[in-house]
Amino acid sequence: MMNSPLIDYTLHLADTTLILSQRNAEWCGHGPILEQDIAITNISLDLLGQSRNFYQYAATLIGGDASEDSLAYLRKEREFKNLLLVEQANGDWGQTILRQYLYSQFQYLLFEKLQQCNDAQLAAIAAKSIKETTYHVRWSSEWVIRLGDGTEESHTRMLKAIDELWRYTGEMFVPAAYETIVEVSRLKNEWQQKVMNIFSEATLSIPEKMFMQNGGKNGIHTEQLGYILTDLQYLQRTYPGAEW
Amino acid sequence: MPVQDFEQLFQKKIDNEVKIEPKDWMPDAYRKTNIRQISQHAHSEIVGMLPEGNWISRAPSLKRKAILIAKVQDEAGHGLYLYSAAETLGMSREEMINDLHSGKAKYSSIFNYPTLTWADMGAVGWLVDGAAILNQVMLCRTSYGPYARAMVRICKEESFHQRQGFETLLVLSRGTDEQKAMCQDAINRWWWPSLMMFGPKDSESTNSDQSMKWKIKRKTNDELRQQFIDMAAEQVKVLGMTLPDEKLKWNAERKHYDFGEIDWNEFWNVVKGNGPCNKQRLEARRKAHEEGQWVREAAMAFAEKRRSKQKAA
Amino acid sequence: MKNFIRKFYYGDIPEEKAGGGSYQTINDTANWPLWEVFIRSKQGLDHKHAGSLHAADAQMAIENARDVYTRRMEGVSIWVVESKYITASNPEEAGELYEPAVDKIYRHPTFYQLPDEVNHM
Repeated sequence: MMNSPLIDYTLHLADTTLILSQRNAEWCGHGPILEQDIAITNISLDLLGQSRNFYQYAATLIGGDASEDSLAYLRKEREFKNLLLVEQANGDWGQTILRQYLYSQFQYLLFEKLQQCNDAQLAAIAAKSIKETTYHVRWSSEWVIRLGDGTEESHTRMLKAIDELWRYTGEMFVPAAYETIVEVSRLKNEWQQKVMNIFSEATLSIPEKMFMQNGGKNGIHTEQLGYILTDLQYLQRTYPGAEW
Repeated sequence: MPVQDFEQLFQKKIDNEVKIEPKDWMPDAYRKTNIRQISQHAHSEIVGMLPEGNWISRAPSLKRKAILIAKVQDEAGHGLYLYSAAETLGMSREEMINDLHSGKAKYSSIFNYPTLTWADMGAVGWLVDGAAILNQVMLCRTSYGPYARAMVRICKEESFHQRQGFETLLVLSRGTDEQKAMCQDAINRWWWPSLMMFGPKDSESTNSDQSMKWKIKRKTNDELRQQFIDMAAEQVKVLGMTLPDEKLKWNAERKHYDFGEIDWNEFWNVVKGNGPCNKQRLEARRKAHEEGQWVREAAMAFAEKRRSKQKAA
Repeated sequence: MKNFIRKFYYGDIPEEKAGGGSYQTINDTANWPLWEVFIRSKQGLDHKHAGSLHAADAQMAIENARDVYTRRMEGVSIWVVESKYITASNPEEAGELYEPAVDKIYRHPTFYQLPDEVNHM
């Protein structure tokens, strides 16, 4: 099936927010302290809500029997278009909040532009979501600073997290063929500047040169995604056509 | 004033429905009983996140996933309110958590049962939350002020939990044959454990009922259990399912349902730690706490740094 | 002491030793302090005590309060104060503090009987 660029782009936004939501939700019941368990779960819910809005829009664009659930539950590994960054394992709390920060900082810049785009529906979703994103940036950047400049152990862990995740940030700014609504390559400098500011407050620094992994937007993922989808789609796959 | 006079005054306040507040004089045993009960209640909320959290990643639709996440998150909130209420009695959350992790403090045994299928999300909501709500509604009027206030807040939030559970089952009960079977199976597995949630029979209790006299508790185990059975026995009909008790029968004279004997052997076994999931549940909680240690430390260290920087500035 | 509580309830399962054996806080560097949270439910109303929570610093306390106490649109403004900075009156002093107000009924409007014509005063 050939989708229009708009559909593919909407699915890309939907998949990215869904997969990050799914990852964050893994913390539910396992957070480092009750208050933060609740906080990360809240972010998970925000992202899930955003993904549903995007899926619902994609479903109306696709028409027919497509629904938010058919799109989330019945597409395969190679059809998912989420960023590689968001499918990476939670790791420790440091890695999770760094992943959140790197993505949220990007999402904020993206939604700033998206809310002014010509597609009314995407603009509306972005305008609604950006308030949540603003908070995610605030919350996660504070954690980056706190852990970067906390104890020796937390600092070391943040360095490891950067080493783990940085290679997946380049992809955000390399546009896929369907990604024409917002010119992501033009967000890169501002993103980097903002990240640099937060990192410097956190006594951390941006890696000088690192090879950037690519592919998520076009369905070439890391091996992690398959397992996420196995979990996510289990019931829909086991009982085809059932209502829940 | 001699202690007896204090105790008399204290009891008079309770009898007059005057709430006891943190700094008020209270008998040592009242304090201890409240700490024990509130902290156990808090632990139950926290451990209770695990069996349901088990299905978050596999929820069958995005809507169900959102509901389930919100629900499990509520439980974290409820645990938090309750820990806070217990902290007003002079015990820190850290101590309570240590007691949970060492096995000294207990939590509701119901959460030591596994959630095996999606239908368990429905059954837990309908039966387990349903049983808990009866207790919680009663506790909104408990004599210790902070506990009562926490319960009022919890009851407000909890009301959606049981409804969503029942609705989950309702959808299954109207679904495919496999879904119907899944629904009945979950009810079968959760029914008896949820009856056990109300605790041993009134006749099993040996001494004078101080908790009732102090109005920490306002209804007996058997009263609450009967109330629960009467409700569930009617509701199950809407689902077109059955409860796994052959002796369940309306008794026109008592105006209540009669029911079969609970397996108390199983109850005490699970309390003692031999339930199907006791080990995993505690291990999950310990692991979260231990792995969070460096995070909590770093946050404190950073807060300290920032404070001294601000002072210097 | 009397032989208390042999009856076991939901949420009150017996332990060999009753909870609350020691009241000292363990001195753990990882323990976040306790904060009291006050929420303004809407513009025009006072902040009201909502509960408490733990946080490493004030900023985090506000954010935690937002996540814990305003998930259902309960608030538009949050105050937090570290619990240790709250000074409370002592219940034992209730007599001298509050009872002297009891007989000052002339402070209340109902004390004054006025003719019906001015009853809305």
